[in-house]
Amino acid sequence: MKLIFEKSVKGRGLSLLKEPDVPEYALSEGLLRKEPLDLPEVSETDISRHYTSLAKQAHGINDGFYPLGSCTMKYNPKIDEQVASERAFTALHPLQPEESAQGALEVMYECSKSLCEITGMDDFTLQPAAGAHGEFTGLLLIRAYHESRGDLKRTKIIVPDSAHGTNPASAAMAGYTVVNIPSAPDGCVDLEKLRAVCSDDTAGLMLTNPNTVGIFDKNILEITEIVHSAGGLCYYDGANLNAVMGIVRPGDMGFDVVHLNLHKTFSTPHGGGGPGSGPVGCKSFLSSFLPGKTVVRNDDGSFAFSVPSDSIGSVRSFYGNFLVVLKAYCYILSLGASGIPDTAKNAVLNANYLKHLLEKNYDMAYGGICMHEFVMTLEKIKHESGVSALDIAKALLDKGMHPPTMYFPLIVHEALMIEPTETESKETLEQAAEAFTQIYEMAVKDPEYLRGAPYNTPIKRPDEAEAARNPVLRYIPEK
Amino acid sequence: MNTYVPSSAEEKRLMLEALGMKDADELYADIPEKIKIKHLSLPEGISEQELSEKAEALCRKNKVYTAIFRGAGAYNHYIPAIVRSVISKEEFVTAYTPYQAEISQGILQSIFEYQTMICALTGLDVSNASVYDGASAAAESVAACRERKRSKALVSSLLNPMVISTVETYCKANGMTVELIPGKDGVTDTDALTSALDDTTACVLTAQVNFLGCIEDCRIASDAAHAAGAKYIMYINPIAAAILSSAGEYRADLACGEGQPLGMPLSFGGPYLGFMAARKELVRKLPGRIVGQTLDSDGNRAFVLTLQAREQHIRREKASSNICSNEALCALCAACYMSAMGKKGMRRAATVSLSNAHYLAKALDSLGFKRIYSSEFFNEFLTSCPVNSDELMKKLDCEGILGGLPTKDGILWCTTECNSREQIDRLLKICGEATK
Repeated sequence: MKLIFEKSVKGRGLSLLKEPDVPEYALSEGLLRKEPLDLPEVSETDISRHYTSLAKQAHGINDGFYPLGSCTMKYNPKIDEQVASERAFTALHPLQPEESAQGALEVMYECSKSLCEITGMDDFTLQPAAGAHGEFTGLLLIRAYHESRGDLKRTKIIVPDSAHGTNPASAAMAGYTVVNIPSAPDGCVDLEKLRAVCSDDTAGLMLTNPNTVGIFDKNILEITEIVHSAGGLCYYDGANLNAVMGIVRPGDMGFDVVHLNLHKTFSTPHGGGGPGSGPVGCKSFLSSFLPGKTVVRNDDGSFAFSVPSDSIGSVRSFYGNFLVVLKAYCYILSLGASGIPDTAKNAVLNANYLKHLLEKNYDMAYGGICMHEFVMTLEKIKHESGVSALDIAKALLDKGMHPPTMYFPLIVHEALMIEPTETESKETLEQAAEAFTQIYEMAVKDPEYLRGAPYNTPIKRPDEAEAARNPVLRYIPEK
Repeated sequence: MNTYVPSSAEEKRLMLEALGMKDADELYADIPEKIKIKHLSLPEGISEQELSEKAEALCRKNKVYTAIFRGAGAYNHYIPAIVRSVISKEEFVTAYTPYQAEISQGILQSIFEYQTMICALTGLDVSNASVYDGASAAAESVAACRERKRSKALVSSLLNPMVISTVETYCKANGMTVELIPGKDGVTDTDALTSALDDTTACVLTAQVNFLGCIEDCRIASDAAHAAGAKYIMYINPIAAAILSSAGEYRADLACGEGQPLGMPLSFGGPYLGFMAARKELVRKLPGRIVGQTLDSDGNRAFVLTLQAREQHIRREKASSNICSNEALCALCAACYMSAMGKKGMRRAATVSLSNAHYLAKALDSLGFKRIYSSEFFNEFLTSCPVNSDELMKKLDCEGILGGLPTKDGILWCTTECNSREQIDRLLKICGEATK
């Protein structure tokens, strides 16, 4: 498809702004731009059709089943979008007086309180803009805590080898040395290995529970106890909270800090990569370190901003992705006390049902009940037919389905990680299982065919190696 | 209660039966009983209609001003209707990161076009697919300049305070030191900057249009940084960039800024857009997603996420940044905005914002609101306040006007193309009455 620059015709354009009604001011010549500003010259029709054709080559949650493991691609309720598009929210200046934005402050306050209840934490900051941003923030709370006690030798963060890549990357950004520990054969934390690395240089442990292989680590109380005994703190990566919200809380598992992904668990859309929102909650002994501003309720019922006394500073401007927080708050209000655990149960039920249907043809990396997601290993298929997890994923594209997460977690070979979420019906799960079955049969019958998949997508497999070898990162017109 | 679970009770029963279970609670056998909770202490769920009513009640507690003269990091520019229309397309809104290129060409191409426009705006070679906001873009830019023997960042004290605070937070975390360079006459003191530079300096970060609205000649900062072997990072206002010298013209190594003025509403502070561009030699230091062009197996042009060896999911603790989710929809918004505005529209937005500010500044001056600094300014400026600023703001508020931002040094006023002369004259009338 043509780039918008290739649709540009000299002299085209929209008439958007009115004529100035004050005298035009001229800045001194030396400050002005000499080089031309090369933007496309296009009409409104051009733009409208351009983006409509781009939209047709995108796959959203309404284009089909989206079982992208670890990403919780659930349906995004329309009412939440509608509320967040109200001018009474979108037209608010972040620095307008508090008394003129009481509705917004109430949303921030109530959303924080709800998240505290759901996670078993005492306070929240809404400033982090995404999950990884939350991890970074949470780790800085841990660091500030140790430093405030003069405990400066704690330089290490323990991360299981099954963790998301953001965990070690966030730890490094927060100035920590990462200690990777191998998982036990059941995919859970190896308690002996954990004990072996915990010492007086341990700042903390980062963990998801359920973990990235979709299993709830039943030793969780022992795990957090081991870390606490060594003087470290426990960080909960909330990426997988959808499985257990309203059932069990990170705070009750022994975690001290948690981040949530509102764009996963709380149903806000992902926008093709963002914006997300990654609020961070903590136990009260860490509250004074929170970044940015938090909202408090005055005795008269009004809301006001407050700056934590020993704040780590800011991790971005203003109060975070407010509109995303607003959508998540709407979602929490819709679900309520019973709907939240009900959602989790249905997410887990759907995952187990799909796993059950797939087990006939595909090997699971781990047995037993899974939580909201499960990981298949295609090692055997690869060995027998040469068909890889990638080939199967690409074949799913021809079935109108978004493939599962591929090659993650790293501890499983030829991994496909499937997370159906609760917003898919029994029928959709069965159709997906049928598609997987057909692909399995094809792998046995005609592996060569699968290696050429997909066939019915706007493009065939792209040459990623070439893209990295000779980077072309912007449009340069041919002379 | 509205859980958006499609399965009927009977369907759930059938699924449980297939698993040999009677109750969904059996799915949680691995969780120790003693930590399971009985009930969340939250209100019960509500219907969509009740939610809609609740939202309306919340909206009524927010005030939408008819005229805004406040900026300080968030700017009330005009948003073309086509932009709102494009960014509400649900294929864009509800998609995940484009991991599967074959079904994500629309999103990948939109980011590639965005990257191209950011390069055009900044005059630099490469752009990433976005970071969270301007402040985190500045912090990531500083981190990208670190070298083994260079870990000091010289940062202008006249950047937006939130940007400074964020840079300081990131630097404290990663072990870089930040030295703030004082201002002089409303712009960064280049003498102080030059004397602070040494062979441990990784980078110099200054704003082209600083927090006080003053326009800085970035050539001196850029040349000084380079003479000391350090990188130069220019923090830019993307609307001002349509008329002011580009980062490329100033030979900046990196440019970054807050993309909110490019078609995003104020939204009480977010979602916004952090944009970043760099010279091509620095491309592997950039954080986050980057889209590149390649060919598919049929030889047709295709777009993919590329240079991923920088990123957290490959490089883990050695990644250039931990960023995963970014602000892709906001990047799409910015690209659509720049396409709709075009060069002429962007220049118009910039010149009208600028001209309105100068018209206002001159008139305020005659009322006794004197500009504190005499430097050239874009669409913001700081004045003294001859009256009690709180009282003045209240008077303006009563008329539906959000006045300039009161600071310890005076009032920071802002105009955009959305402020008509009629609005400005109304503001002036109230200010005039307040001084009598």
